[in-house]
Amino acid sequence: MALLEVEDVAKSFRGLRAIERVSFDLERHSITALIGPNGAGKTTLFNLIAGAFRPDRGHIRLNGRAIGGLPAHRVCAAGVARTFQLVKPFAGLSVLDNAIVGALRGERTVASARVRAQAVLDRLGLAAKASLPASSLTLADRRRLEVARALATRPTLLLLDEMMAGLRPAEIDELVGVLRDLQRQEGITILLTEHVMRAVMALAGQIVVLHHGEVIARGEAASIVRNPAVLDCYLGEDAPIDEAPAGRDVT
Amino acid sequence: MSPEGSVEGSPVAAPAEATTSRTPADRRRLALMAAVGAVVLALPLFGGSYLVSVATLALYLAYVGQAWNLMMGFAGQLSLGHSLYVGLGAYAAAGLFSHFGVGPWAGVWLAVVLCGAVGAFIGWLAFRLKVSGVQLSLLTVAFAELARIGFDHLEWLGGPGGLFLRVGDRSHLDLLAFRGPPALYYYAMLGLCAAALGLCTLLLRRRAGYYWRAIREDEVAAQALGIDTLRWKLFAVVLSSTMTAVAGVFFAFYNNSLFPEQIFSFGRSIEIVLGPVIGGLGTLFGPVVGAVTLVVLGDGATEVLTRAGIDVPGVRQAIHGVVLLIVTIYLPNGLWPPLARVLGVRSGRL
Amino acid sequence: MPALSHVANAVVSGMLTGIVYGLMALGLSAIFGVIRLVNFAHGELMTLAMYAAVVVFQGFALDPFLTIIGVALAFGGLGYALQRGFINRFVHRAEHAQMLLMISLAIIIGNVLLLGFGPDARNVQTSYQLDSFEIGPLLLDKVRVFAAAAAIVTTGLLAAFFRFTLTGKAIRACADNPVGARVAGLPVAHLYAVTFGIGAGSVAVAGCAMVQLIDVTPGLGPSYTLLAFIIVIVGGLGSMVGALLGGLVIGVSEALAGLLIAPSAKSMVSFGLLVLLLLARPQGLMGGGRR
Repeated sequence: MALLEVEDVAKSFRGLRAIERVSFDLERHSITALIGPNGAGKTTLFNLIAGAFRPDRGHIRLNGRAIGGLPAHRVCAAGVARTFQLVKPFAGLSVLDNAIVGALRGERTVASARVRAQAVLDRLGLAAKASLPASSLTLADRRRLEVARALATRPTLLLLDEMMAGLRPAEIDELVGVLRDLQRQEGITILLTEHVMRAVMALAGQIVVLHHGEVIARGEAASIVRNPAVLDCYLGEDAPIDEAPAGRDVT
Repeated sequence: MSPEGSVEGSPVAAPAEATTSRTPADRRRLALMAAVGAVVLALPLFGGSYLVSVATLALYLAYVGQAWNLMMGFAGQLSLGHSLYVGLGAYAAAGLFSHFGVGPWAGVWLAVVLCGAVGAFIGWLAFRLKVSGVQLSLLTVAFAELARIGFDHLEWLGGPGGLFLRVGDRSHLDLLAFRGPPALYYYAMLGLCAAALGLCTLLLRRRAGYYWRAIREDEVAAQALGIDTLRWKLFAVVLSSTMTAVAGVFFAFYNNSLFPEQIFSFGRSIEIVLGPVIGGLGTLFGPVVGAVTLVVLGDGATEVLTRAGIDVPGVRQAIHGVVLLIVTIYLPNGLWPPLARVLGVRSGRL
Repeated sequence: MPALSHVANAVVSGMLTGIVYGLMALGLSAIFGVIRLVNFAHGELMTLAMYAAVVVFQGFALDPFLTIIGVALAFGGLGYALQRGFINRFVHRAEHAQMLLMISLAIIIGNVLLLGFGPDARNVQTSYQLDSFEIGPLLLDKVRVFAAAAAIVTTGLLAAFFRFTLTGKAIRACADNPVGARVAGLPVAHLYAVTFGIGAGSVAVAGCAMVQLIDVTPGLGPSYTLLAFIIVIVGGLGSMVGALLGGLVIGVSEALAGLLIAPSAKSMVSFGLLVLLLLARPQGLMGGGRR
């Protein structure tokens, strides 16, 4: 059984169809990228999985358990953690406290949560900045904090919403490395939406392409970037195949 | 370990922090705290009855402000109708005493349960129906006003003419009925204040403190981290309303007369809010600092004027208004944070 | 069940009072709609205007309906100065900071009045105060009719101002799109100040109009501020037509509640209505302008 099953999901906003007939599965321990032009419905799909919205139709199942329509905090309790496109740090709290809030999801006491939080910050390279106020972090660090905080909740599925936007290539590569490690070492399943193809090609085993709220292609990264339908919908924008990823062969 | 989670030796851009070793500054601080503590504890012994009553008022405002602060600092909503809980608590206990002879120690339980339920109800309505900001503040005012008008019509509890409790012999200590010399009430309020401070400090360090601060910073992000924000906000509201209820019970047995027009009034609600706002919204010691400042300035000025033979009603409130104005413009975070910096203490933001 | 004529009287009387309430609330609505400021000192401004009318009456025996223009202009200027010199800095601060600012002003004004005039009630008593017009079965207080007339005239002038004058249109632009207004080079601070002046001026007119109907005490402020809020919530925050409609609704429901239930139950209905509306439809009858 796949970890996440999205089946025939649809969502409209005041008559505007954002998502229509979307179905795909996420295998355990995999990294999947959700790509598509702006307005394709990627963030809406994210929000549906994460519980920010309820689907109008269709099912979303995590480990066979229905999570579609559950409120965000219950979805998190089920094992899904997410980041936000516009990062939402708890600005008035320290970096460590931010992580502790996340860690409290899976830990019973503040003390054990603190331990977990410190470990997570370490992993994301934020340990040195633990006592700084979150508001003082750079954008790249805020992204890391967002990931760290989500990670602290001990998720089985991690949803990353355009984590790489606005980062420099070196920062992208660093974050890519961290995510790869997370998948390999902790077996976390990752679903990410991205415009930055450098990151997509470096990370994704599977790519799902959304266009006008529908899945137009689904499959292995290598074949997707050659898919005429995909290239078509990107016509006028940088076609996927033009961006060679750093350190990964496109076979 | 501090709730701010400071890692030893890491660079922090915060004001002077208490370190683990005893520096001369630490010793001075401890000495100061000990001195203040001694004065506070011994006040009734050397102060006249006027001083004790003013100090009791300050403590009352500090306590009730701390209870209110919980809701504002945590749920982030400006309740301008907290007099509702003071009044309900007061009338619950006073009614039991007046009609059934049930003492305040039992009556307080009814007060607490009643206010907890009402608080939960109002909070649930507001949060579930997504009422916030100005509309929420107005909602709280509306409920307090409804109570005011309602109790005005409740003849069984005295109606507009007021509910009067049997006044005991002031020199005779009757703990069961909570009657006695002014010192009794002073120490009772002191105890409540200390308990409130202790409770808030405790909560700050635990899950509640973290979750509440997270909700206040960014509710959506908090939900995404698995926090049931509705439940936690309700918790804050109920805690706030029950604590305020106890203040109401105290009020009833201290003043021995209750009038709906007074106890549920908008003015009383504002009075509750003034202390924490002036002292520092959402901080641990803000309400105490604010309450003391207001009482010292307000009642102090009135006393000075009275002694000079000038009797002017409204001076106290006018001074409160001016202090509120000055703080709102120049010290939006309240008096406590800068004061804390001067004393070299962290201001412990809730 | 009271006689139909009594009910009719109550309704009409309520409507007349309601129009004045509407004018009072209109000021609050305009201030919120344009400046996005919640004026917790609204009732105090009206109380201040009432005292002004009382003082002028006692000093110069001038009928409040005649002093209306002077008082309105004076308060318009006061409001302008207050906004321009003072409140403007708060326009971008947090909502609760604004509320607290206005609350502090309310406390100061209210207590200065108490200091100056003492707690005893004042009134204005004119020769025609107890007279009424007889229209068929209806008995209408002359004072109420004049008050409503003053309110209608003022509202008409304001409507014309906002519709036809350049400043009025500029103010509406500010309300619709504050950033756009700035970009277009509109003098926003000035326009905000004009708006507050209008708000203060209209509440002053309402005050002068009502001064013969109630006893004036320094503590009137909060209840009228709350009343204005209720009306504005009923009618829709930011909508001027809504404020008038809301005023009518509240005026009539108060009158009917006073007649059918008990005089003291008047406000209960109003507050009950407020609760229901805040929960069910916070945008009020006219919607829009909600934060």
